[in-house]
Amino acid sequence: MSWMKKSALLASITSVALVGAACGNNEEGSGAAEGDALSGKVVMDGSSTVFPIMEAVAEEFSAEQPDVEVTVGVSGTGGGFKRFVTGETDFSNASREIKEEEAAEAEANGVEYTQLSVALDGLSIVVNPENDWAQDITIEELNKMWLDTNVKTWKDVRDEWPDEEITFFAPGKDSGTFDFFSEAVMDKEDIRQDAQLSEDDNVLVTGVAGTKGAIGFFGFAYYVENQDTIRAVQVDGVEPNHDTINDLSYPLSREIYTYVNNASLQDKPQVAAFARFMNENAAELSEEVGYVKMEDSRYDDNAALIDEQAGE
Amino acid sequence: MALPNSEFKNGKNYMDQDTVSRRIKSRLRLNEIFKYVFLAGLVFALLVLSTLIYDVVSKGGGWVNLDFLQNFPSRRAGQAGLYPALIGTLWLMMLIVPMVFIVGVGAAIYLEEYAPRNRVTSFIEVNISNLAGVPSIVFGLLGLTFFVRTAGFGNSVLTGALTLGLMSLPIVIVASQEALRSVKMELRHASLALGASKWQTTFNVVLPSALPGIITGIILAVSRAIGETAPLIMIGAATFISTTPNNIFSDFTALPIQIYNWTSRPQAEFQNLAAAGIIVLMTVLITMNSAAIYIRNKYTNRH
Repeated sequence: MSWMKKSALLASITSVALVGAACGNNEEGSGAAEGDALSGKVVMDGSSTVFPIMEAVAEEFSAEQPDVEVTVGVSGTGGGFKRFVTGETDFSNASREIKEEEAAEAEANGVEYTQLSVALDGLSIVVNPENDWAQDITIEELNKMWLDTNVKTWKDVRDEWPDEEITFFAPGKDSGTFDFFSEAVMDKEDIRQDAQLSEDDNVLVTGVAGTKGAIGFFGFAYYVENQDTIRAVQVDGVEPNHDTINDLSYPLSREIYTYVNNASLQDKPQVAAFARFMNENAAELSEEVGYVKMEDSRYDDNAALIDEQAGE
Repeated sequence: MALPNSEFKNGKNYMDQDTVSRRIKSRLRLNEIFKYVFLAGLVFALLVLSTLIYDVVSKGGGWVNLDFLQNFPSRRAGQAGLYPALIGTLWLMMLIVPMVFIVGVGAAIYLEEYAPRNRVTSFIEVNISNLAGVPSIVFGLLGLTFFVRTAGFGNSVLTGALTLGLMSLPIVIVASQEALRSVKMELRHASLALGASKWQTTFNVVLPSALPGIITGIILAVSRAIGETAPLIMIGAATFISTTPNNIFSDFTALPIQIYNWTSRPQAEFQNLAAAGIIVLMTVLITMNSAAIYIRNKYTNRH
C-alpha cells in the first residue's frame, strides 16, 4: 500500500474518533421550556399492536414539532415494560394492563407512571370460510376447546357440529394479545400445546384461510382486512364490529394503553406536549389505522390525568 | 518425456484395450451424470432466487420512487417512505466496514503471521469458528448488556454497528486467515531475503496478495449483518423515528426493521411497501458489493 493510502486510512479513523468525542455529550439535550418550538427526545417502546397508532401520532406530531426526536420501538408489551420500569423510556405501549411483577419493579426503581387508554380493539375469533357450522360460540366453549386436549373435532365442542378436525392458530406467548386471551377466556391457564403459534398475525391469517377446520384469534384490524379469506364468529351472540367494540358489548373488546413516566411528564415539556397531542388525536388516528375509538369522555379522563402530572 | 499414449500408438499394449475403454466409458458416464447433478443444483438455487426476485419486484416495483426514498414512514401507505431506515442502514455500513476490516484483518494477521503454533492459538481459532455459528439474537443480547447498558452508548447507531460488527467478525477473521494462508511462501521469503522486516513483508507483500480473499469475506459478512433485524430490535433500535442520525450517538432505525414492520401490518398496501423496501435493501447491498468486487479485481490483476 502506498503512503497516500495509509495516511488516508489514518485520517478517516481519526475523524471517526473525533466525531465520536465531539458528539458524545449533546445526547441529553432536553426540551426548551419557553416558546412553542420544543426539542429533545420522546422515547416510546412496547406493543406492536399499539405501534400503528403511535406511528400515526408521531408522524403528525413531527409535522408540528420537527425538532423533537420521537422514537417508537416494538419490543412487545412485556419487552417494552422491561425498559419502562428502569426509566429508560418515556412511554410504554401495551395491549394489556401492567402486571403486578412489572409494577413492583417500577416501584423498586422509583418509577411512577400514569396509565392512559388509547383506543379499543376487539379480539376476533376467526374460522375458515368453508366452515358453515360455527356461527357463534360461547366463552365456555372457547375455554374448553383451547384447554382440553381431548377436544379433537368440532363435534367434541358442540354435538350438532360436524366431525371435522380442529387446527388451532394463536399469537406468540410474548404478545399482549395472547395475555389478553389467556385472561379473558382461559382464566389465566395456558392454552393447549398443539396450537400453532406465530408472532406475525399475517401468518395466522394465512393458516386459518388455508385449513378447513381451523380456528384462530387476533386483533380486529387483521380480521377486517382479510374478510374475503376468513370469517369471524359471534362470541356469546355478539359479532365483532365497530359499534359492538365501541360500546363494549362485544365480550372480547379490550382497551389498548400507553403508560407514561410521571417524571418525564413533569420534567420534559416535549413529553407532556406529546402526551396531550396523542390524547387529542388518538380517537381519529386509531380509527384511521384500523382500531376503534373510545367514548369521548374517556379521552377527557386522560386529559385530566395528564394535567394532574404535568401541570396546566 | 514420452506421453503414455505414444506407447499405444506404437502398438505396445500393456492392457486389454476393451477393458480400458469400457472403464473409461463408465467413468465418462459418471462424469456426465455429475455434471448434470451440479447443474441441477445451480438451476434450483437460481430458480428459487428468481422466484423471490420476481415476487418482490412484481409487488413492490411500482412503489419504488423518489418520494419513497425521501419520505418518512406514514400511516398512509401512499405517502410512506423509508428515508430514516435507508440513512440508518448507510450509517451502519459506514461504521461496520472499517471496524471489521481493521479488527478482523488485524486478528487474522496476528493469528497467521505472528502467533506461535500452540494449543492456545488453536483453542482461540476453534472458538472463533464456533462464534460464527452463534445465533444473531445472542449478539443482540450481548450488545444490550454491554454496549447499551455497561458502556452507556444507548440505543445509538454506534451500538448497532458494534453489535453487528461483532457478529460479522468471526466470518471476516476466518476468511482473512484462509486468504493469508493461501499467499505463496515464496513471496514472503523473497521479501525477507531482500531485507524487508516481518512487518514490511506482511503489510506490503502478504496483505495486498491476500486482499481479494479478505474482501470476499467482508462482503459476505457485512451483507449478512445489514440484513439482520433481531439483534437491532434487541438493542432497542427504533422502529419509527422522526429524525435521521447526525452523529454516531444518534438513535436510528434500519431497513430490515422497517421491512419487518411493514410485513406485519394488516393492510395489503403495506405488504407492497415491504416488497419495495426489499428492492431498496437489495440495491444497497448490490451497490456495496459491486464496489468491493471492483476493488478486489483491481488487486487480483496486480498480483
